[in-house]
Formats: sequence, structure tokens, C-alpha cells
Amino acid sequence: MTETAADPHAAVAINAGGVSSGGLTTADGRPLKAALAAAQSHAKRRAFLLVLPLLLFVLITFVFPIGQMLHQSVYNPGFTTNVDVITKEETPIMVNVRNWFDANPPGTEPDEAAFEALAKDFLLVDELRAAGSVGTRINYDMSGTRSLFTKTARKAEDLQPPYKEAMLDIDEEWGDPELWAVMRGASSAYTANFYLAAIDLTRNAQGEIVKVPDDRSLYIKLFVRTLLLSLLITFLTFVLAYPVAHLLATLPLRYSNLLMIFVLLPFWTSLLVRTTSWMVLLQSQGVINDALVAGGLLSDDGRIQMMYNQTGTIIAMTHILLPFMILPLYSVMRPINPSYVRAARSLGATSWTAFRRIYFPQTVPGIGAGALLVFILAVGYYITPALVGGADGQLISNLIAFHMTKSLNWSLAAALASILLAGILLLYWLYDRLIGIDNLKLG
Amino acid sequence: MAASAQDASAFVQYDRVQKSYDGETLVVKDLNLSIGKGEFLTMLGPSGSGKTTCLMMLAGFETATNGEIRLDGREINNIPPHKRGIGMVFQNYALFPHMTINENLSFPLEVRGMGKDEREEKVRRALDMVEMGRFGARRPAQLSGGQQQRVALARALVFEPALVLMDEPLGALDKQLREQMQFEIKHISDRLGITVVYVTHDQTEALTMSDRVAVFEDGRIQQLAAPDELYERPCNSFVAQFIGENNTLLGKVENIQGGIATVRLDSGDVIDTVPVNVERAGDRTRVSIRPERVEINPGHLGANAHTLEAEVQEFIYMGDVFRTRLKVAGSDDFIVKTRNQHNQQRLQPGQKVRIGWVPEDCRALDA
Repeated sequence: MTETAADPHAAVAINAGGVSSGGLTTADGRPLKAALAAAQSHAKRRAFLLVLPLLLFVLITFVFPIGQMLHQSVYNPGFTTNVDVITKEETPIMVNVRNWFDANPPGTEPDEAAFEALAKDFLLVDELRAAGSVGTRINYDMSGTRSLFTKTARKAEDLQPPYKEAMLDIDEEWGDPELWAVMRGASSAYTANFYLAAIDLTRNAQGEIVKVPDDRSLYIKLFVRTLLLSLLITFLTFVLAYPVAHLLATLPLRYSNLLMIFVLLPFWTSLLVRTTSWMVLLQSQGVINDALVAGGLLSDDGRIQMMYNQTGTIIAMTHILLPFMILPLYSVMRPINPSYVRAARSLGATSWTAFRRIYFPQTVPGIGAGALLVFILAVGYYITPALVGGADGQLISNLIAFHMTKSLNWSLAAALASILLAGILLLYWLYDRLIGIDNLKLG
Repeated sequence: MAASAQDASAFVQYDRVQKSYDGETLVVKDLNLSIGKGEFLTMLGPSGSGKTTCLMMLAGFETATNGEIRLDGREINNIPPHKRGIGMVFQNYALFPHMTINENLSFPLEVRGMGKDEREEKVRRALDMVEMGRFGARRPAQLSGGQQQRVALARALVFEPALVLMDEPLGALDKQLREQMQFEIKHISDRLGITVVYVTHDQTEALTMSDRVAVFEDGRIQQLAAPDELYERPCNSFVAQFIGENNTLLGKVENIQGGIATVRLDSGDVIDTVPVNVERAGDRTRVSIRPERVEINPGHLGANAHTLEAEVQEFIYMGDVFRTRLKVAGSDDFIVKTRNQHNQQRLQPGQKVRIGWVPEDCRALDA
């Protein structure tokens, strides 16, 4: 031991020679890898503690809610479980009729047994005062049925056999096979029906998946519109941002700083203020139309409709998302040395060739980053289309918001949002395959 | 200054060229310069002296505010850079990072519409010339600074321009590599017979590579001469200070007669000097003498040699030479360089010695 201590380098040298003995060791004989891990453990622990708050934050505010949303999109217990408002006690409901559904295949004509099961279930529903929530659940899939449930629950105590006749007496609607198909669909808390609804599909009385009638189909059209508008907005921001970013990157500092302030100004004003000012500018009695009429370019009744339609959504969103395109472009253009273009010019390239072959390829990572950022933001944009979009300028996010806040069909909202999320992830994956995520440059 | 007429023998000619960026100050003031075909001319000067601006005007990236620039007898002021057919090497090499070395070299040939086979052949030859033939498939980031510099040189030469401009091309390399590249660039330019305009702030580089050196300061050429002329006979005190190491003694001209100016130094000593740009008796002057022309044992100099008392301040051992700092005639920053020979004595601080030089090595310049 004293020998190795006298010359620590000797031990390493000897062990380094003997690779077959299983890796290098330190001067005092410990494996080098273990020694390295021990030496770094303190720094690693400290680094982990430093990122821990962020890790927890992300977990609580991001991973958990998204998991909840995904769960909600396939889970709705409105027809299967009642949760007491005060005691939070959970009671299974509609047990008898659910058993009948299990025993009989889809499309079976509801017989006396089915009506008897339903009538018994309604007794419990009435007792628990759950008719409203049960009715709401069925109402998601078949509108106008909520009152049917509350009405029937009120009269449940008076029901006498034969139950089929008694219930049809209360309302003819109980004979509708479609209603029974909807109840069958809701009889399991876990269901893919919300996803079907989110892509304009439904189940018919036989339980087969069919398209909803054209006059009621809505979501696919909106998904397509959201996609196309987002692509258009991304393209417009790119066309507008590229020269601005180039100016920012090449102007002398004192000018580029000023220009940068103008670019960032939108970030410092409220989104609502910006959207409202577009309304002031663009509406048919707005500044631009007034100016055009005053200038004699338009007649008073020929005012251009630029607001409360798609045009309004496109203009306002392009403006609002512009900085998200400019900044990544700027960050890749700034470090591009002007001598590249000069070199290309001195080598005989015209300024167009120098741009196309030398400058532009070096900005591609910024274009990719900016486009991805703007597109993802545009796909989920809500406030601006809600305010300026009118009827045909609404995007899918407005419908998600509608189902969250107005119709309270959270499961459908979650299904729509999940489809949107999946679409974005798909796009991200495509981007990685085509351009490579390593090339992404945000700043 | 009299306007220089068109010089028929000049390949590149700056004719009364001026340049201003802001309309208030001139960065280049009345530049007249003729560069012969096949010449290696270096523009040397401190940063901000206008040398790079002159190069950029020739390349076409800056426009002359006034005057004419001619290339091979043709005025090129209004010809865009890509039509000038001038090769250029940049300080940061400017190799296109998204292209391989082969693609980089192929680029100037492609934009000239050359066929694929011919391109490949020329690229291969150009890379072989700088001994980079094996690296064609790599990208610039995978090469060292010296290798990138070779590629940049090959790219500037691959389309066979008659004129190549180099803007401090060796500035980013370490000393040893720089010296090696200096000789290589010189050899290649000699072999190909191209005209080279080379910009640098490194005076050693300028001296070792150039046929002629133009020393820039304050937007003007201070002296345009061959390296030996420049070093041994600087025409003013800026050039004397800027090129090589230089000792300066301050004094006043007593008398100029027969090619000799008698100067009374501020310490009271009187010495004979060669008058360069002093006009008359009474002028203040800086007397300049090179450190290696000073002898510590003046005994074997001729009878006309000056000798002065000196006190050793510092002795620095530099390997091939000894550098001794002395206090002479009131200046304590007087350097003497001696070769490290067998019998060379090593002086100690505080030691008193006599030093001397011949008057021809001692030049009276402007103060």
C-alpha cells in the first residue's frame, strides 16, 4: 500500500494497461466509475434539489390536468353513479336497466322486463333526486330528453304494471328505439362515444357507428377550418416576419433596438386591448371603412366586411402571433455573419442566388421553430376568434370552450381537446422526422 | 498631391479615391495606388486606418465616395461584386456551414454554369493544391482553423481569378500555424502568378510575404515601399514606430548640412543623424534607431560612430536574442538587441556601459 501511495500514477498506469481486469481504478484501488459518481454525487443532489420545484410544478399543472382531461374524454358516470352533492357518497344507479342491456344484444326491442327495470331504477333516481344529472347525460347524445327524465322521475312512485304502457302514458318518447340506444351507450361509464361525437359519428339504434346527418355535423368541418386557418396564419406571419427579422438582425444596434421595441410592444399590451383595437379599425363602421368611404374609394353601402368573419380572425391572429415568428427568426439571423453572403457574392453569385443558396438555408431552423410555435398557438387560439370571428371565424377551441362553459358536456370538450393534442403531437413528430427537432432554434 | 494619370502598366489602380460613411469624416483620404500584375501587395495599418475599407471598395462591398478604381484598365466602380471575378479570403474564412468542403469549392463553379465533371476535376485539383484532398466530404465545423483557412484559400482560387483579396486571413490562427501559412500562401501566389492584395495589422506578416507594403494611417498611405526599404528607411516616425521595434530619442535639430543633421538631444548630447523629414534648424525631431543596430561594445565600429553612456535597467533572455533595456540620454526605454553568441556578455541591472552606432543608422524624423 505504501508503494502505491508513494507513486499514485503508477497504479493508474498499471490498471490502465490491464483493461481486461474490468475498467480503470483509482490510485487507491477503487473502480474509477464509482469514484467519479461519488465525487459528483453532491453536485448532482444539489442540481436535483434546484429543479425539484419546477418538476413538481410541471407535474401538478401540466401532466396531471392532461391526464385528467384524457380520462374525462372516455369516462362519464352520469348514467351509472350518483354522487351526493353534500355527503359525496357514491351510489350506483340505473342498475336494473343496465343489467337488462348486458343481457340483451343491441337492437333488441325493449320488452316489459326492460320497462320494469327502468321503472324500478326511476324509484331510486327519484329518491336520490338524480333525475337531472341522469337526464343531462342522455341529453348530451340526444337533445331534448332531459325534461323526459325529470318528468318520469316525478311520477315514478305512481307507476304500476304493466310498466311499458304506464311509461308510454307518461311520454310516447319512451318507445323511441334511438333513446334506448343512447341509454345503452351511456350504461357504461367508460365509453368512446364522446370521441365518436367529436368526429361527427354516432351510434344508431342497432349500435352501429354511422355518420350524423349533414345538418348536425359540425366538428370535422371545424377541425379542417382550424387547420387551414392556422396554416394560412403561419404562412402569413412567416411572409411578414422574415424581412422584419432580417432588418432586426442587420441594422445597427441603435435602430434595431428601437425596432425590437416595436416588435415586442404587442407583448406588453393586453391581448384584449389589441383585439379590440382591431375591431375599432376593421368593423364596417370602423376607421378603415370610414377612411375608404371618405376618400371616395367605397360607396357608403359598399363597406367591406372585415370583421366578425374569417377575415377578421386571420388579420387579428396574424398580428397577434407575429412576434412568435419574428423572434426565432431573429435569433437565427443575428449570428449569421454577413461575410457569408459577401463570400458568395465574391465567388460570383448574384444577390438572389446568395440569398437562396447561402442565407436562406441557414435560417431554416428558425423558420421551423417559428412555424411550429405559431401553428400550435393558432390551433388552440380562443379569445381572438371568439371576439372577432363572428359565425364563420370560429375555431375548434371556441367549441371546446362552449362545451366547457355552456353545455357543460365536459367529456365532449375533453375528447375534442384530446384530438387537438394528438394532432399537434403528430405534427411535432412529423417535424422531427422531416427537419429534425435538434434543428429547432427558439433563441 | 498631383493627380496620377491612368497608369497603363497597373493591373489594379486606385485613382484619387475617397470614402466617407457619414458625410462628415473621410475614412479614406485621396488614395492613389497602382498595383502591378502578379504583385503581392500588403495594406498594413492599425485598426481604423482605412485599409479594410480600401479592400472592400476593390471587392465591391463598399462604394467609393469619390474617385475611380480600375481593374485591368476598366473602371469597376459600378460593377457589382459578383461580376468582378475577384477571389476573396475572409478573416473568419466564411465557409458555408451547411455545405461540405466539396460543395463549398463547387459553388463558384456552379454559379458560373460549369458542368459537373469539370467542376469535380477543378475542385479536386484546388483541394490537392492546399493538401486538403482527403477532407472533401466533411463540413467546415469538422475542420480545425488552419484546415478551414486552407479550404477558404482553395475556394478563392478554384475559379482561377487573376486577383485575390485577403482580409486578415491568418488573424485567427495561432503563431506557429500563422507562420507556416504565410509561406504557403506566398508560394501558391508565386506559383500561380496571381495578383494578391493582402490586408493585415501584423507587420511581420507584411514584411515576410509582400513585394510591396502600403502602410496606412488616418486614411492615407504613409509609405509605400518594399519590405527592406520600409524597415530600414522609414519615411516618418509613424512608420518607424509601427514597423518593427524602434528606439526614439527626442531632440532639436541644430544644423542640416551635406546630408547630415546635427541634433541636440534633450539630455544635452549632440549626435549626427540622417535627416528624413526635418526641414530646418530649430525643428523638434524624433531620432530613430533600430535596437539591433546598437552596439554595446562600440570599439569595433568606425571612427565616426557615436558613443553614449548607458545604464542597464533590465536584461531579458529571449533564447535567440538578448533584449537589454537601458537608460540612455534621458530615456529609460532604450532597447538593445544582441545575438546569443558564445562570447556575448549578459549584463546586470545597474551596470554602466558604453553603447554606440554609426550615424547612417540614425534617422531624424518628425516629432
